[in-house]
Amino acid sequence: MTGHIDSVKTYTTVWIALLILTAVTTTVAYVDLGPLNVVVALTIAAVKMLLVTLFFMHVRHSTKLTKLVISGATLWLAILIVLTLADYISRGWL
Amino acid sequence: MITAAVEEQQNYLNAGYGLKSWLLTKDHKRIALLYLATITFFFFIGGVFATLIRIELLSPHGNLVSSDTYNKLFTMHGVVMIFFFLIPSIPATLGNFFLPMMIGARDLAFPKLNLLSWYLLVIGGLFAIFAMVAGGVDTGWTFYTPYSTTYSNTWVVATALGIFIAGFSSILTGLNFIVTVHRMRAPGMTWFRMPLFVWAHYATAIIQVLGTPVLAVTIVLVAAERLLHLGIFDPARGGDPVLFQHLFWFYSHPAVYIMILPAMGVLSELVSVFSRKRIFGYSVVAFSSVAIAVLGFLVWGHHLFVSGMSLYAGMVFSFLSYFVAIPSAIKVFNWTATLYKGSISYATPMLYAFGFIGLFTIGGLTGLFVACLGIDVHVTDTYFVVAHFHYIMVGGAIMAYLGGLHYWWPKMTGRMYPEGWAKLSALVIFVGFNLTFFPQFILGYLGMPRRYHVYPDEFQVLHVLSTAGASVLAVGYMLPIVYFAWSLRYGKLAGSNPWKATGLEWTTASPPPPHNFDQIPVVTHEAYDYSAVIDEEVPVG
Ligand code: HEM
Ligand SMILES: [Cu+2]
Repeated sequence: MTGHIDSVKTYTTVWIALLILTAVTTTVAYVDLGPLNVVVALTIAAVKMLLVTLFFMHVRHSTKLTKLVISGATLWLAILIVLTLADYISRGWL
Repeated sequence: MITAAVEEQQNYLNAGYGLKSWLLTKDHKRIALLYLATITFFFFIGGVFATLIRIELLSPHGNLVSSDTYNKLFTMHGVVMIFFFLIPSIPATLGNFFLPMMIGARDLAFPKLNLLSWYLLVIGGLFAIFAMVAGGVDTGWTFYTPYSTTYSNTWVVATALGIFIAGFSSILTGLNFIVTVHRMRAPGMTWFRMPLFVWAHYATAIIQVLGTPVLAVTIVLVAAERLLHLGIFDPARGGDPVLFQHLFWFYSHPAVYIMILPAMGVLSELVSVFSRKRIFGYSVVAFSSVAIAVLGFLVWGHHLFVSGMSLYAGMVFSFLSYFVAIPSAIKVFNWTATLYKGSISYATPMLYAFGFIGLFTIGGLTGLFVACLGIDVHVTDTYFVVAHFHYIMVGGAIMAYLGGLHYWWPKMTGRMYPEGWAKLSALVIFVGFNLTFFPQFILGYLGMPRRYHVYPDEFQVLHVLSTAGASVLAVGYMLPIVYFAWSLRYGKLAGSNPWKATGLEWTTASPPPPHNFDQIPVVTHEAYDYSAVIDEEVPVG
């Protein structure tokens, strides 16, 4: 289950990818994309989160149960955000 | 099999003496007893506050304590009862003791974490006690912003920190239960042979692990706004106070299921043993626990109907709230169906079980009233809501807790409690409870707001009835303390299986040996297979 350790090369690549993404986030912050700014920033953050969990936290090589636990937690976070937004987004409707 | 020789055998109680053997123990059974003592202590602190509230409400003019003091009384009553008594109650005591035994394990998966979780509860409790002694806190147990972050000048952060720490105790207990159920089941103990008590605790553990961190985050945000003046909830600083309510209830609605699911687990055991039947629809009852755990996370907005939350969100949350009632109702119907043609006996634990079924039904049905958007606008923040949740938490959860405590007392201590006194106390509690809380439904419906100590004269009669009921209830709660203590020395020896029940916990000595089983049992039957109980008479004394 924890037998797999990725090569130094993989780790370095992922690390550089994370650095590049950070640079992109910073750069985009200076460009005015209107409401898209938030979308871009959050998308990049989500990709980085995936890289960290899959590679650095070894989830790529983990059991199905571990993956289930992680997806469950993510789903729960989504519930929190989506249902809360259901309030904020629809406040002006009436 | 087990006779009077029981006393000479080594068990978890005589395995070591002295303070150290308790405070550094890794035995889940001893830790359960540490919890039992701790939460009993908090129950009485919370009870003192409740008593003062009820005495104050005898008169409509608020002439015993000042309004400021009254605010502190109901706040500290709620904080202590919810976070330091009811959340840990059944899981940390009965769950800790019996979950491993019921699946044939020698301990929980992480004994040291288990001990740590008790210390966390104690440390959190000390913070809360410090806050109470230093001057108290007056925000309500719900800590609504911006009052809690900007205006209240009471001990908000100290209390919140206590709750934060106690929250980690709850998370660790949940984590321990999940891993234990996955990894420590005895050979042959398949998922669908597990007692429903274990299923209920598994579902509870999921809520504890997924919900409690959100409470922790919310508390940190409150502290950050209060101490560092960040604008998170305070509209004057660009925050949004309703965001607090979303975050708080994202945890706290599921938390009401942390309190009631374990109680439902106890109920399944009691109903089955005392009607000597397999639980009707075992797998449906098992899955309904998991369904409650999941659906419970989708309904928190029913606490925000009048908060300024959007009407559309209100409609969605109102609609979703009805779904939670379905798995709860399934359980109630299945317990009653189990009784049908059962060989019912009326021992004390079963009396508590009957009490639970009736009172939980009233609490649950009034939950549907308040989940209805239109009705809730009328009754929200009135005594109707107070009655609703006390019917569930006190009439339901505490009844089940006491029922479970009586049922497993012989296993935990090796001694029987006195049946006559116990029946009397069950009756006194049932009568006292209804006298205390039924008038509150009427009061609330008539418009008595909660959290006020000055009220119109015409409400006095109902308030006096309620206070009278509370005194009866108090007597009912004192009785078990006395006779449980008495039974430790003078109670009849229980033998290993006084109820002739099927669970694995009854196959070992009472009190159990330090490692529960001399040999790890091999399970060949489903739970509640009453056709298979060996009908052996257990010699007593
Ligand atoms: C059967 C399903 C249930 C439904 C549909 C339900 C619905 C509701 C609703 C809509 C409210 C808000 C009322 C208001 O503030 O105006 C409420 C309050 C409350 N309920 Fe329930 N409930 C249910 C079960 C439970 C259970 C199982 C518990 C506890 C073990 C519980 C404990 C509470 C508490 C503590 C409050 C008041 C919180 C506060 O404002 O201080 N409820 N319930
Ligand atoms: Cu709720």
